[in-house]
Amino acid sequence: MKILVPVKRVVDYNVKVRVKSDGTGVDIANVKMSMNPFDEIAVEEAVRLKEKGVATEVIAVSCGVTQCTETLRTAMAIGTDRAILVQTDVELQPLAVAKLLKALVDKEQPGLIILGKQAIDDDCNQTGQMLAALADLPQATFASKVEVEAGAGAGAGGKVSVTREVDGGLETLSMALPAVITTDLRLNEPRYVTLPNIMKAKKKQLDTFTPEDLGVDVAPRLKTLKVSEPAKRGAGIKVADVATLVDKLRNEAKVI
Amino acid sequence: MTSLVIAEHDNASIKGATLNTVTAALACGGDVHVLVAGANAGAAAAAAAQIAGVAKVIHAEGAHFAHGLAENVAAQVLAIAANYSHILFPATASGKNIAPRVAARLDVAQISDITKVDAADTFERPIYAGNAIAIVQSSDATKVITVRTTGFDPASATGGSAAVEVAAATPDNGKSVFVGSEIAKSDRPELTAAKIIVSGGRALGSSEKFNEVMTPLADKLGAALGASRAAVDAGYAPNDWQVGQTGKIVAPQLYIAAGISGAIQHLAGMKDSKVIVAINKDPEAPIFSVADYGLEADLFAAVPELVKAL
Repeated sequence: MKILVPVKRVVDYNVKVRVKSDGTGVDIANVKMSMNPFDEIAVEEAVRLKEKGVATEVIAVSCGVTQCTETLRTAMAIGTDRAILVQTDVELQPLAVAKLLKALVDKEQPGLIILGKQAIDDDCNQTGQMLAALADLPQATFASKVEVEAGAGAGAGGKVSVTREVDGGLETLSMALPAVITTDLRLNEPRYVTLPNIMKAKKKQLDTFTPEDLGVDVAPRLKTLKVSEPAKRGAGIKVADVATLVDKLRNEAKVI
Repeated sequence: MTSLVIAEHDNASIKGATLNTVTAALACGGDVHVLVAGANAGAAAAAAAQIAGVAKVIHAEGAHFAHGLAENVAAQVLAIAANYSHILFPATASGKNIAPRVAARLDVAQISDITKVDAADTFERPIYAGNAIAIVQSSDATKVITVRTTGFDPASATGGSAAVEVAAATPDNGKSVFVGSEIAKSDRPELTAAKIIVSGGRALGSSEKFNEVMTPLADKLGAALGASRAAVDAGYAPNDWQVGQTGKIVAPQLYIAAGISGAIQHLAGMKDSKVIVAINKDPEAPIFSVADYGLEADLFAAVPELVKAL
């Protein structure tokens, strides 16, 4: 069974972004870029499935600018066998990415597609579900545990059991393969990439396509009219002790 | 122009997030219909009909809707989607799971987590963990939207008298099967609906201490319990208590953060709370920059003292 793992290049988790003064977006010039953290969890999960002998090949995919190659090299350093870049300078929205991935699913016929549940830049939380709908596949979002059932290694006819994080607790689904899974934080802890693996990743196969090669129209559907800073909270006060705090909450804020 | 709200429910009653979503739908203009797709969900449909501002309830009944599987609910929405200009889901685990399937099949963009309706085609939504607000305009014929419940007041659960229309159920997709769930039973208010939330961070040090220190405070205030990602990752609190960019987004009347430093990802989940109290012994903790009342103290002394003083 092949596993396809889409990864997104985003502004690093630790960077505090600034809104551009002309209101056209956030300033990402000279800002550290990294793999979306949820996608890193997806790569780790796929690689572990290969190490367990469940998957035979793990393929990382990224859609976007040429620099996404760096993100794909990171995925290959974690352990994916090869990578595909769908190169475009057009601003990609989730529907367009889902269509590109659908074209690659048709081409590669993976048994599982594992994605991060959301990207930490646009916070959309859409791509996995959209891909599942377009490819007419079952989905399990927000996964905290993935178990491919025994004998399913060959792909078709197999099943996967997924525990999902839902409001109030956990839920378990059983899906026929092929299927789409999106990762939540507790699924695993991604490994640190080692220098030898970074070196090895440089030699792994990386194919490049364009949206035109895949026959997909990626024109954005949503137009961003303006990006602004959120309203700032007024600075509060420090209170000296618990008694003062209780007094303020009772008599000033009147919330207790 | 008519909007469709996909109700979140447990077949017997309507969940609170549906009410905020109705308010967002009304802001889009035109009539508002509510879809209740469930199993033995007559009571939920009847409750939806009572929501103020709702013109019609559509009830689709089938055993395969019992657990809200995305494949099945999306198919039901798609069966009636052509009648609507806007299709709105609450931005809950359930709504986020289903909405993109509907959008993709309609070949339209989804507008996630809206906090404001500027016009029927223009919406505000936070990006980068709430560090920026984007105003986006959709040119698609149908707007598929998830609604951040903290951005809209709940519609009144009573006062409406909508007709309930029964819709033919779409068939079971059959590719995924619900196996089981472990939903924590709790007498506490639900995190996203609570008026008061007390939240603990990594400074608690263990799940025993978390429980020993934070629970009495929550009990005293009738509050929901929350946690920072650091506390959840360390195993001090269950994952569904996590408040933040990738956890729950909350906006209670009172949010008490104890031993939480205030990473931007945590602030993203609670900074719209009406009153924020921070208890932390580090005077430089970023949480103080958003707190209305900051108490620089050791939480292990201050929280029990607070419980006594209340």
